[in-house]
Amino acid sequence: MEISGSEILVRCLQEEGVEFVFGYPGGAVLEIYDAIFRQTAFKHVLVRHEQAAVHAADAYSRSSDKVGVALVTSGPGATNALTGIATAYMDSIPLVVISGQVGTSAIGLDAFQEVDMVGCSRPIVKHNFLVKDVRDLAETIKKAFYIAATGRPGPVVIDIPKDVSIHKTEYKYPESVAIRSYSPPTKGHPGQIKKAVQLIAEGKRPFLYVGGGAVQGRAGKEVTELANILGIPVTNTLMGLGALDGTHPHFVGMLGMHGTYEANLAMQYCDVLIAVGARFDDRVISVPNHFLSNPKKIIHIDVDPSSIAKRVKVDIPIVGDVKHVLTDMIAQLRESGLRPNPSALEAWWKQVNEWRKPDSLLYTPSTEVIKPQHVIQTLWNVTNGEAIVTSDVGQHQMWAAQYYKFRRPKQWINSGGLGTMGFGLPAAMGAQLANPDAQVACVTGEGSIQMNIQELSTCKQYHTPVKVLSLNNRYLGMVRQWQEFFYGTRYSESYMDALPDFVKVAEAYGHVGFKVENPADVEPVLKEAFGPSLKERLVFIDFRTDQTENVFPMVQNGRGLNQMDLPPHMAGMQQAPFENNRDYGNLS
Amino acid sequence: MRHILSILIENEAGALSRVTGLFSARGYNIDSLTVQTTEDPTLSRMTIVTHGSDEVIEQITKQLNKLIEVVKVIDLNESDHIERELMLIKVRATGKDREEMKRMADIFRGRIIDVTEKTYTIELTGPGEKLDAFIKALDSTVILETVRTGASGIGRGERILKI
Repeated sequence: MEISGSEILVRCLQEEGVEFVFGYPGGAVLEIYDAIFRQTAFKHVLVRHEQAAVHAADAYSRSSDKVGVALVTSGPGATNALTGIATAYMDSIPLVVISGQVGTSAIGLDAFQEVDMVGCSRPIVKHNFLVKDVRDLAETIKKAFYIAATGRPGPVVIDIPKDVSIHKTEYKYPESVAIRSYSPPTKGHPGQIKKAVQLIAEGKRPFLYVGGGAVQGRAGKEVTELANILGIPVTNTLMGLGALDGTHPHFVGMLGMHGTYEANLAMQYCDVLIAVGARFDDRVISVPNHFLSNPKKIIHIDVDPSSIAKRVKVDIPIVGDVKHVLTDMIAQLRESGLRPNPSALEAWWKQVNEWRKPDSLLYTPSTEVIKPQHVIQTLWNVTNGEAIVTSDVGQHQMWAAQYYKFRRPKQWINSGGLGTMGFGLPAAMGAQLANPDAQVACVTGEGSIQMNIQELSTCKQYHTPVKVLSLNNRYLGMVRQWQEFFYGTRYSESYMDALPDFVKVAEAYGHVGFKVENPADVEPVLKEAFGPSLKERLVFIDFRTDQTENVFPMVQNGRGLNQMDLPPHMAGMQQAPFENNRDYGNLS
Repeated sequence: MRHILSILIENEAGALSRVTGLFSARGYNIDSLTVQTTEDPTLSRMTIVTHGSDEVIEQITKQLNKLIEVVKVIDLNESDHIERELMLIKVRATGKDREEMKRMADIFRGRIIDVTEKTYTIELTGPGEKLDAFIKALDSTVILETVRTGASGIGRGERILKI
């Protein structure tokens, strides 16, 4: 029996086990929406802006092991989705974004609501398709899901012209897919892994640097096992938080621009670096020259060969799925019994613990004004460190990353690569739908939240009882911090006047709102928000926080990881207090 | 350093723009690009002449390999290879120049493929330097128009690029 393209699409999504489609209807996708109306296998979530549809689908994926799906109409619907697509692309999130397109006969004629979506999205997708014939539709969808989820994951766009959604053909969903020009790597080269194991055993100051690839690659267990076997210090990147439990004794905190003192110095002064699913981003190592100024050997495990040796020269590249490679590495370690030299390791730990002592995340508490760090710490306590936390972008994002000790992969959801303001709330929505029983907190700021605040409406419609914690300092905080550091405190356009009454905004959308100004109220309000009485409600908490607080430590652009701006209590501390200085270069 | 990359790519609409888009988005140079389908109509072969440090070329190669439609990429520079480029050049050919032009074309093993009372159009193939040399050898005032294809390259001997 022949069925329409729209029906084929719906059937394919069912075959892929899709639970939720996040989207917004429009002229070019009306046929598809009609087909959705006539089915019950998956649920459609009507967002208020297409950007939010993609963010929600993205976070749905980030907080589960599934591919996120978004559906938008042609023209403005498609272009509104681009920010979300770019966000997912930068963080390697598997997504399938379906966009409507004007009919094939109108393509290229500047038709109403026409935009070249394949062209617009090309630089920010893993791949994209324009389906010109309904007979290609099912296979294209199969390919899209396969490409999105395998290898280095990423968003895939399928652009479907209106007539293709109407035309009919026989439906057959391919069972498997083979693309001769696409063969994602799985196992790492055993010889390379062997060399890596040897090198680790020869190291005196080994360090494990774990990125988002370990989270996306579901390798949390393997990372933990490797850390335990080797007994070496471990850092997670912003995207890697949760890969190793933030309370694990070997965890030295996040590294990079706002990393801890101990993580940054360990990164700078280690002699064998094991990079796992991490890409030496500029926000992590700043400038390669500084980072490499102390000779070190680098082992780099990544599923994407182009991430290896892109910014730094690598001694042992291992291309493969992180989970597979670490499993093989652990097996080789067990078999060979090779381990880092215990006395060297002891000296290394002694040094790392020295660096840990001053506690670079210490801040000055206050009974007068709410400290943003205190809010995050209290959130951690109140939720027992179990909540899924989404964030927007800015100071609050860094504080959430620094002070919420993420315990497991996929618990921390933020826009790392693109730094997308407006991500937090739709992401919380998507994460809550993927994890209906979980506590979901969105840490945001008064600037970020206003970029997609309309999603409070979607949250109401679909009963997603997320808790929104707005750290409201009446500034675009990170912009203000940079203006303070680098622009002579000229706060050009970083102050927002005429802020709304967020409590009333929340109430207007049918939610519960709190305004908190006194530090003593932080804990009781959070307890109430996460307590049984408000379990089913979205709670928006407007924390009026200290306007002057900055994020420390900070590595300024262009500086080395050992040249941090430190919090006031560590000001003036020597930053290269490494006693084995003369040892540099001894690793041959 | 100058490199010459050979790329086998699915013969699909939009594949070429993915390749050129990659170069422009990542700030790489394309000195020349030629593309045509191969003996297998589902595959196209591109030859891209580019330049950059070894690290840049390595990144270009890796990034090209990441494109879903790209089947294979090789750097012809890594071993002996042959390059050819085609030029059509229209020159003024009047009076005593007419004989001279004919002689020059012969010396460079070019062929005159179109003749009018005042012009010759000469077809010339060879490595880019040879074509450059021909242009140099002529008095610039006689050159009316040139059009060049960009290089096509192939490995010498047994070395082949195939799936």
